[in-house]
Amino acid sequence: MTEIPYTHILFVSTALFFIGAFGFLTRRNAITMLMAVELMLNSVNINYVVFNKYFYADKLEGFFFSIFIITIAAAEAAVAIAIIINIYRKFKSIDANEIDSLKF
Amino acid sequence: MSQFFFYLIAIMLLVFGVLTVTTRKIFRSAIYLLFTLINVAALFFYLQYEFLAAVQIVVYVGGIVVLILFSLFLTHQVQSELPNYSRGRIIFSALAVFIGFALAFTVIYQNSFPEVKNTNSEITMSAIGTQLLNYGEGGYILPFEAVSVLLLAAMIGAIAIALKTKTND
Amino acid sequence: MNIFPYISLVLIIPLTVFLVTGIFGKRFQQLSGILGTLGLFAAACISYLCAYQYFFETEKINAVYQTIISFKHTWLQFTVANILPLQGGVPEGRGGLSIDFTIMLDPISVMMLVVITTVSLMVHIYSLGYMHGEERYATYFSFLSLFTFSMLGLVLAGNIFQLYMFWELVGVSSFLLIGYYFDKPSAVAAAKKAFIVTRFADLGFLAGILLLSYYAESLDFQTIILRMTTENSSFITSASSPSFIGASAITWALTLIFIGGAGKSAMFPLHIWLPDAMEGPTPVSALIHAATMVVAGVFLVARLFPVFHNVPVTLEIVSYVGIFSAFFAAVIACTQTDIKRVLAYSTMSQIGYMMFALGVSGFKGNEGEGFSASMFHLFTHAMFKALLFLAAGAVIHYVHSNEMKDMGGLRKKMPVTNAVFLIACLAISGVPPLSGFFSKEEILTAAFNHNIIIYIFGLLTACLTAFYMFRLYLSIFWNKTFESHHHAEHKSEAPFSMLFPLIFLAIATIVVGFIPFTHFISPDGTSIETEFHFNLATIAVSAGLLGIAIALFLYTKQNVRAENISRSLGGIYQSAYKKFYVDEVYLFITKDIIFNLISRPAAWIDKNMVDGLMKLIAGVSEMFSEAIKPIQSGKIADYVMWFFAGVILLSVFAVYIFS
Repeated sequence: MTEIPYTHILFVSTALFFIGAFGFLTRRNAITMLMAVELMLNSVNINYVVFNKYFYADKLEGFFFSIFIITIAAAEAAVAIAIIINIYRKFKSIDANEIDSLKF
Repeated sequence: MSQFFFYLIAIMLLVFGVLTVTTRKIFRSAIYLLFTLINVAALFFYLQYEFLAAVQIVVYVGGIVVLILFSLFLTHQVQSELPNYSRGRIIFSALAVFIGFALAFTVIYQNSFPEVKNTNSEITMSAIGTQLLNYGEGGYILPFEAVSVLLLAAMIGAIAIALKTKTND
Repeated sequence: MNIFPYISLVLIIPLTVFLVTGIFGKRFQQLSGILGTLGLFAAACISYLCAYQYFFETEKINAVYQTIISFKHTWLQFTVANILPLQGGVPEGRGGLSIDFTIMLDPISVMMLVVITTVSLMVHIYSLGYMHGEERYATYFSFLSLFTFSMLGLVLAGNIFQLYMFWELVGVSSFLLIGYYFDKPSAVAAAKKAFIVTRFADLGFLAGILLLSYYAESLDFQTIILRMTTENSSFITSASSPSFIGASAITWALTLIFIGGAGKSAMFPLHIWLPDAMEGPTPVSALIHAATMVVAGVFLVARLFPVFHNVPVTLEIVSYVGIFSAFFAAVIACTQTDIKRVLAYSTMSQIGYMMFALGVSGFKGNEGEGFSASMFHLFTHAMFKALLFLAAGAVIHYVHSNEMKDMGGLRKKMPVTNAVFLIACLAISGVPPLSGFFSKEEILTAAFNHNIIIYIFGLLTACLTAFYMFRLYLSIFWNKTFESHHHAEHKSEAPFSMLFPLIFLAIATIVVGFIPFTHFISPDGTSIETEFHFNLATIAVSAGLLGIAIALFLYTKQNVRAENISRSLGGIYQSAYKKFYVDEVYLFITKDIIFNLISRPAAWIDKNMVDGLMKLIAGVSEMFSEAIKPIQSGKIADYVMWFFAGVILLSVFAVYIFS
């Protein structure tokens, strides 16, 4: 199992995180932005698991944090989608650039 | 052999991740997200976190992705091509992301981590259950309860937000 | 029962009436008139009781009427009073500069109380009939109450700043009442003129107050007088060293205060507002512009008389301004044809009398005769001038015109008015035994004892006064037969509510002359025994009679004699008729000099330089904000981008620079 260096897994998680960030920056559709956020959350989960697995195998803290992150991600997705649907009703669009009433 | 699986998972994970954020079709984007999440679950599985992999599949694949697909249907976005930003912005974003990645990975690479303890011990369900519902030292009962309340609040909040109000229609 | 602690009621009652009728008056028009009259009746009763107790029941100390402080509340304390040990027997103390609300009773304020409440009550009763059917009936009465309140506050004030506040209140209520017919442009213009001219004068008053209080270190009348009159007091020495353009600080202070008083009392050259103020309702002219408010200036000088007396220069200014105004106004009054304007100039002339009487007065003992005479004349003048105005109001009410040419031969139609008008005219002409004779005779005696030039001009003015008053009287009631266009609508001359005040004031005019005034009021508070100078009295009376005779000769019957004389006088008549072009001079100064030479450049600087600077600043900020506005686009994606770039930048710093 441990024949794989942890740096390789960390490379994957870091890359996934920045892929998510790139998506968040370049997407205009609110739903796809949400997807990008999910990617970033997943990369964090991988990180937790890796650290738990490689350095503190006798403990479960990383595991539990992953669990909680997944839970919170679920809650966040539900609320975000509710907000998106509401925005769609109001603006007839979910393009993040058209929703610029924040400046008023 | 197992190494090959890991690199396969890793490559698929990254490829599907990149496709998720670059594809022009929103529906495909969602499907690629699904694949990415499954790959993450596979990675967990590979790392012998079976329970977490199961949770990943159930919550993400079964829950969140379905929710996202529903929202796509509800907002009539299924067929739409995604609009794009200007080239300059994409380049700027790519540059920023790349710098960020390089920075982060350099830090990780140069960091001196503690010794790797080779423990191939599996995590048993009973251990998880005991610690999750334990109110003694190292017990997670309080976060567990807090998250339960959070979920309830999120559920009610989501319903309240998404409810159609008469005045706005 | 001792009335003095309750004297603040005379202020509270009119104030309450003002508030009540002002707020609820719209609904209860008739009631508010009656309420105002009743309130004033109560105030008058308190004043009479107060006067009786003050003059007859209160013990005199060293044969001097004591000053009673009925109420005192310190409002703003600037410096704390610091009583030093006696310095050469002078208990002067230092500091104690504070604005108080004090109700102070001394002989002149008690006398003014009586005058104001009496005239105001009569005017209220008269107005019940005169203003009947007016649309803003309640407003009128609430303004009257406001005026009465402020005037009473003015005379009761024990603090010069408090006096100043009431002084301004009086000015405001005068403004409101002159502009009562605010749909008439001339009334609005007159109200503005009165307000601006008196404000201008009040500026001097305020500066004078500041100067005086700076040197006296007090705003309290008693303290000021004590500190400024005590021999060898350090206050006097510091205040009377020459300071500005050769005159001492105290001279300047008192002169400035006198300017304020001259503005209110319509002394030359600040008199121009008074004739125009006749645009207000006639009862208002009677109350404000004849009997009470215009004598506020005289009152002010009298209030500070001990201080004035120590500064002979200012006192001379007072007397010369007084005599000049008296004579000047009398000349103009001879030529005017609007009956209210004749009365207005007559008022100005009589106030000039009071002023120069103060100016020629001494302080101690019998020398204070001028002061007493001035106050006496104030008292009697209030009665007969109010009577004249109210009677003129009745005439105007009857013929619906202010002009003499629309009148004549009214004696049959208005017998009561005719009688009271004649009484008042005789009184103002100084015919014995009416009240005007006594007061005028005393003034002339005082002037004779002090300054012969002033005496001669006073005598001349007395003659002119008699002439123009009888010209007025004869033009209204004799001259020609009256032809009225609206004859049928007037069955009787006036309602009883208008006749009663006329009769009351006529009786007062006859009676008040017999009051031994000098016993009660004198500069130092002692009673003066005046001797009756038969020769001087004879001269004064014959001057009056001469005037009357000329008027009788010219105006009894319709004829061309008067016109012939005016034509032969030519330029003099014309310039007097045009009020000696004082208004035009003012207009020239304000419009052509101040407006063109000062205001225009000031406006140009304001518009182009001051505003330009502001516009420049505004423009620069606008450009800057326009430039940075796109950053706040409101688009979440942009914010995310900046946020992300910032995080990465900070990370770079954190990792490579600060670690």
